[in-house]
Amino acid sequence: MGTLIEEIFSRKAGRPVRAGEILLLDVDYIMSHDNTTPLAIKAFRDIGKPIHDKNRIVLHLDHAYPAPNVLAAENHRKIIDFVREQELPHFHHQGVCHQVMIEEGYITPGAIVIGADSHSNTYGAMGAFGAGLGSTEIAVAWVTGKCWFKVPETIRIELTGKAQSGVYAKDVMIYIAGMMGMDGGTYRSVEFGGDYIENLPMNERIVFPNMSTEIGAKCGLIAADEVTLEYLRTQTPAQGTYEMIRPVNPRYERVIQIDVSQLAPQVSCHPDVDHVKPLEEVVGLDVHEVYIGTCTNARYEDIEIVANMLKGKKVNPFTRVIVTPASERIYKKAMKNGLIEILLEAGCTVTGTGCGACIGRHGGILAAGERALTTMNRNFIGRMGSPQAEIYLASPATAAATALAGKIADPRKIGEQESGN
Amino acid sequence: MSKAWTFEDNLNTDEIIPGRFNITIDPLELAKNVFCEIKPDYAKNVKPGDVIVGGQNFGCGSSREHAPIAIKGSQAKCVIAASYARIFFRNAVNIGLPILECPEAAADITEGDDVDVNLATGEIFNRTNGHQYQARPLPEFVLKIAEAGGIVNFLKEHDIQELMK
Repeated sequence: MGTLIEEIFSRKAGRPVRAGEILLLDVDYIMSHDNTTPLAIKAFRDIGKPIHDKNRIVLHLDHAYPAPNVLAAENHRKIIDFVREQELPHFHHQGVCHQVMIEEGYITPGAIVIGADSHSNTYGAMGAFGAGLGSTEIAVAWVTGKCWFKVPETIRIELTGKAQSGVYAKDVMIYIAGMMGMDGGTYRSVEFGGDYIENLPMNERIVFPNMSTEIGAKCGLIAADEVTLEYLRTQTPAQGTYEMIRPVNPRYERVIQIDVSQLAPQVSCHPDVDHVKPLEEVVGLDVHEVYIGTCTNARYEDIEIVANMLKGKKVNPFTRVIVTPASERIYKKAMKNGLIEILLEAGCTVTGTGCGACIGRHGGILAAGERALTTMNRNFIGRMGSPQAEIYLASPATAAATALAGKIADPRKIGEQESGN
Repeated sequence: MSKAWTFEDNLNTDEIIPGRFNITIDPLELAKNVFCEIKPDYAKNVKPGDVIVGGQNFGCGSSREHAPIAIKGSQAKCVIAASYARIFFRNAVNIGLPILECPEAAADITEGDDVDVNLATGEIFNRTNGHQYQARPLPEFVLKIAEAGGIVNFLKEHDIQELMK
């Protein structure tokens, strides 16, 4: 009996647990990447104990990959040497860690996965517990196989109705961030449900747990259902039998109801993710860079939306339009189906996979006085380069419309022009 | 004297140390750029024992441990805030940066106040205005980690199970 997080933790603990308890639990996978692994290696050496189970460790190179400078290269060297020294079987450099974790079948319903990355919440889209931690705790989990958790209280967000044309999961999640604020979910499990969520495909579902980080949540969860299991069966190597864990007579701290059919496209404006406005209010602002990438919105379906809107057109010549597919699997599919060619013909720059411009290291750094509109999840000051640059967050459709106009533009209006209205 | 450096609510990890400086894990190197965009004079003028005072949701954003390490590297004695973002809280505990949760102190202390902190008792005394505050007690297992000087040191001497005993 309990909320989704209480049900998931109860199975791991082997007894019913309630919000407020502190547990020491076995973790299924321990994820870290090139930004956070070097510190974990240092802590691991300091602890001086052997690795508990190599099979549970998953390492990625994605944050600054390929290396944009010598220091990044040295970090990669350190990690590759460590992988070889410890003979670690799970080492990846084919895209953004969270996307690869899902694609490679590490994330399954009921799993407990910790990551040295704040967007490890993403795994909640598969009905798994995913949470971000720092590097030292990753090293602790490497040697113990365990991590401590306080069972959080739950905020349920009940999303109902059908979204209007031009309104995507990203718009809905940005609206939620605006409504709840950056600390609206702090220390909480945020459970996303309702018929809107149930009817969404996996690529759209992922946006909600991913951005639950932006409201401070410990985890963002969507109960596994047939959509989840079908995705695992057809898209990943995870071919086991998984329980569809659901909340059972849950006691929620708070329930928020949102009728999605009432929402227009939304934008998180500079400089805070909860500085949210309906798209109409910011249409027309000059944009110097459009960045379509990241663990939030660079899946195949996102790139397909963009390519469909840009097909046979040219993006504004004075706006840098950068597309960074979230993984090589996505990249290959987009290439095979002609999407990459459409993007290149339209004047986009298509980069290799990875976190790219999202963390201001390479692949689209902003100058002072510039404004970017991106499909990212975070718009902190200075995140993409100059602290004098502005970052606006929106859906891939809004990004594509903006790329054409060179100004923030409404994807619904582009559609109207095409149909001659 | 221990000078207070005050910060707004929702101070994020990019404001503590922008991502572009996280190419090193050396505390002293990180400390050179700590708060560089929001308080450019901090790194130059901070004195050992000074106190960081934040508001709600201190340290939100990335999971980067570089943020508490940069603060610790700057030789600030501790952080006092009304509340913490959860990963920052865990990270600070794990690396041994003392953090106190005290909304009253966070609201009352102003930049430049001379603040005396007793980390063992959680008592905070503002010498500038004479006000006394009491920080919230930390959970027992957090104190065990703090007493060991961080989780790494704890694990050198103990089994992880002992955290919960």
